[in-house]
Amino acid sequence: MSDHTWGVLSNQAITAAGVVYFLALLCALVEWSAWQSRARSAVAAKELVGAGAPADETAAEPNAADAVREQRAALFGRLSLLLTAIAVACHFVGLVGRGMAADPNRVPWGNMYEFTISGSFVVAAAYVALHRKLKLAWMAPWVLGFTLVVLMLAVVGLYEPVAPLTEALNSYWLVIHVVAAIIATGGFTLGGIASAAYLLKNRFPDAALLARVPDLPALDRVSYRIHAFAFPVWTFGVLISGPIWAHDAWGSYWNWDPKEVWAFITWVVYAGYLHARATAGWKGKKAAIVALIGLATLWFNFIGINYFSSTSQHSYAAPAAPTAELVETTR
Amino acid sequence: MSSTSAPDQEKNDDVRRPGELNARELARWGWRQLTSMRTALILLLLLALAAVPGSLIPQDGVDSLKADQWREAHTTLTPIYEKLGLFNVYSTPWFAAIYLLLMVSLVGCIIPRCLVYAKAMRAQPPATPAKLTRLPDSASYVTDQEPEEVLAAARKALRGYRIRKADPDGSGDSVSAEKGYLREAGNLIFHMSLIIVLVAFATGSLFGYKGGVIVLVGEEYGFANELSQYDDFKSGSLFAPEDLDDFSFKIDDFHAEWLTSGAGAGTARGFNAKLRYTAGTSDEKRYDLRVNHPLTIGGTDVFLLAHGYAPVITVRDGEGNVAYSGPTIFLPQSRNLLSFGVVKAPYASPEELGFQGLFYPFEGTVDGEPVNLMGDIGDGSHAMLSLQGFRGDLNLDAGPQSVYSLDTSKANMMSPDESGKAFNLRLGDTVELPDGLGSVSFDDVQQWNRVQISKSPGKEWALLGVSLALLGLLGSLFIRSRRVWVRARRVDGGTLVEIAALDRSGGGDTAAVVTDLVETLRGARTQEEKDV
Ligand code: HEM
Repeated sequence: MSDHTWGVLSNQAITAAGVVYFLALLCALVEWSAWQSRARSAVAAKELVGAGAPADETAAEPNAADAVREQRAALFGRLSLLLTAIAVACHFVGLVGRGMAADPNRVPWGNMYEFTISGSFVVAAAYVALHRKLKLAWMAPWVLGFTLVVLMLAVVGLYEPVAPLTEALNSYWLVIHVVAAIIATGGFTLGGIASAAYLLKNRFPDAALLARVPDLPALDRVSYRIHAFAFPVWTFGVLISGPIWAHDAWGSYWNWDPKEVWAFITWVVYAGYLHARATAGWKGKKAAIVALIGLATLWFNFIGINYFSSTSQHSYAAPAAPTAELVETTR
Repeated sequence: MSSTSAPDQEKNDDVRRPGELNARELARWGWRQLTSMRTALILLLLLALAAVPGSLIPQDGVDSLKADQWREAHTTLTPIYEKLGLFNVYSTPWFAAIYLLLMVSLVGCIIPRCLVYAKAMRAQPPATPAKLTRLPDSASYVTDQEPEEVLAAARKALRGYRIRKADPDGSGDSVSAEKGYLREAGNLIFHMSLIIVLVAFATGSLFGYKGGVIVLVGEEYGFANELSQYDDFKSGSLFAPEDLDDFSFKIDDFHAEWLTSGAGAGTARGFNAKLRYTAGTSDEKRYDLRVNHPLTIGGTDVFLLAHGYAPVITVRDGEGNVAYSGPTIFLPQSRNLLSFGVVKAPYASPEELGFQGLFYPFEGTVDGEPVNLMGDIGDGSHAMLSLQGFRGDLNLDAGPQSVYSLDTSKANMMSPDESGKAFNLRLGDTVELPDGLGSVSFDDVQQWNRVQISKSPGKEWALLGVSLALLGLLGSLFIRSRRVWVRARRVDGGTLVEIAALDRSGGGDTAAVVTDLVETLRGARTQEEKDV
């Protein structure tokens, strides 16, 4: 296959992944609404009983309807997971295609478009992988909504044609450093979703809309377990492999470059999250808030710094444009 | 405690004035506050917050040029920012105060925990609490097994746990088990390693240095590691020039591969500078200096950072004398090495002469406009120098000037003819200046490399520190620390078995542990029944 074909394949696979994520999202929403109406009918039934209606008549009907709803929820939940898995596979083909389209072949992490499609891939793939172990089914619409939005933004706003890596990026430390950073980013994002759900559930404990979301202790535990996984990965990516590579490529292992500063800020905030969970009075709600602050710093670093800071050496291979002053001096 | 102990003390010992006591108490209270977990948490968040301005305001230590430009553009804010040290955030006293407090807090927190841990390592698991079923994760069932059988089965099931030796008073109706002792060790190692990292980092920034120099490629040029040879140089406050390692090098040849097709066409990769170096009194050695492959000499690292062209330019003045001659370093403006440079000939007569302009390694014409197609100079047939000429006062008396900029405020522009503004020269060309002021020629092209030389003492320690920290962290996050108790007592109608578990790590699912254990104990029994 020629490089060009790989490039086209990559684009088509990403588009296909987007469409399938969308279908999976629809299924997940159907599942949620089934849970929601079940929660409503449970409340209504309780109220009816409370009002003194003959219990046997009213109770029988919602039960039948509930059974149907439950079946529907389970069916669409499974369908959503299946579609998500298919979309993740397409997404993966899209990533591989990007790397194969470059000459010489390389890892697909040369620019913002590629970082973004890789980051969203890890979020969705981690969701599928941890689905069973951490009982993440409730997360489907959040994860899918997030992945879909990020993927669309990447395709519409960040797309760039395939290009070779610049020399400084041409190092195996790039692979190690970026794999760690992207995996941690995906993990922190999933953990952040759990923390956000925690805050919502904490604020609106009885909302029917949140019927699908597990109870607070379970949310807290899931959030912690994901963060506890992502934190050491981030530590390795940002504070070990990053400086080693920076030493080789730029001549000093820590430069206080804006990207490094924000990676450090993110690290410190997540260390704060882990401390918050161990500190009386900070457990639960406050810890969840700290986790979300951490997530905000993470994504600000990922996207914001590239736009707001011009001094960053991590400007992803953007060539320096000739300044207006210099152009003026010729002809 | 202050409210009760202070009056007590006064009664006992009225020689002492209350003020003294309070000061000591205050200190103790302060120390306890400082080493509390909550303070650590707040200091951590404060550290994160304090690091923010340094990423938004240009820093002298990162990009001093940007910082200067920023100063010029914001005249009202600059004095305030200077006072607050916002151009050097990471070396300001207030930033240091935060991390030093954090470190003191860390030491104050970790040392007592180490002592506690040393004791706990040797201690038995605690005695079984009286009311097991009061614990959040517990279960109980009645069986017709003997209590001893149940407890024996529990001991077997709790493999990997440390089990409390039966109490001497004989009330051995329970098993108390604990595991995950290494978790706290991991936590302690993690926190202590942070101190190693900080000390190593501080050593590097106090004693280290980093400098850059542009070296022309060729036999007759080179670099010797002396302060005066650097183009720019930054060092820590405890650095002394004697710390510079003694070495010198020349760049014999420089090679880059140019991409001629695909999206990266016109850019280079695979840079390779052929270095010859001598360190101290040792023999000359060779090294291929490439990006991502620094050369280490003693404790000093030499890096290849950039490359570019130096057109060889000769300027003759109105009297025919050579007023300027030599390879002139042009600085790249884009990845295809369209480069900008300056020539100053202040001793030309009758008038000072100056030039500034662009060097096109491979010039082509698109829609009638000249553009640079790629950075590869090839055989030089497409190389072009496009210079703007100036005559008159170059303002060199006004003070030091950068060699890369021309002060044209007091000079007049000169044009080759009415139509064009720039002198365009191909390789080998000579162009006459107007009014018999002389000529400028473009004789040859040489290459230069920008090399960074740096030394950061303690970097191995920093690496060791973070690696240890990561190990400790893994231990502290993934080793589960929990206590499990099983009590079996004879009651009416059989043996009452109570099981409870307590998670000490946060995030553990102890309910599952209890359920599993119940299943194992009852399952073991079912198995035995079947066997019988
Ligand atoms: C440089 C600053 C610090 C960083 C980056 C940091 C980071 C961490 C991290 C990541 C953990 C999580 C480990 C776990 O969950 O078991 C932790 C736990 C802990 N930290 Fe720190 N820490 C810092 C400073 C401090 C200070 C100053 C103290 C003491 C006042 C402290 C006391 C503790 C304690 C007691 C734990 C264990 C919590 C538990 O029981 O699970 N830390 N720290």
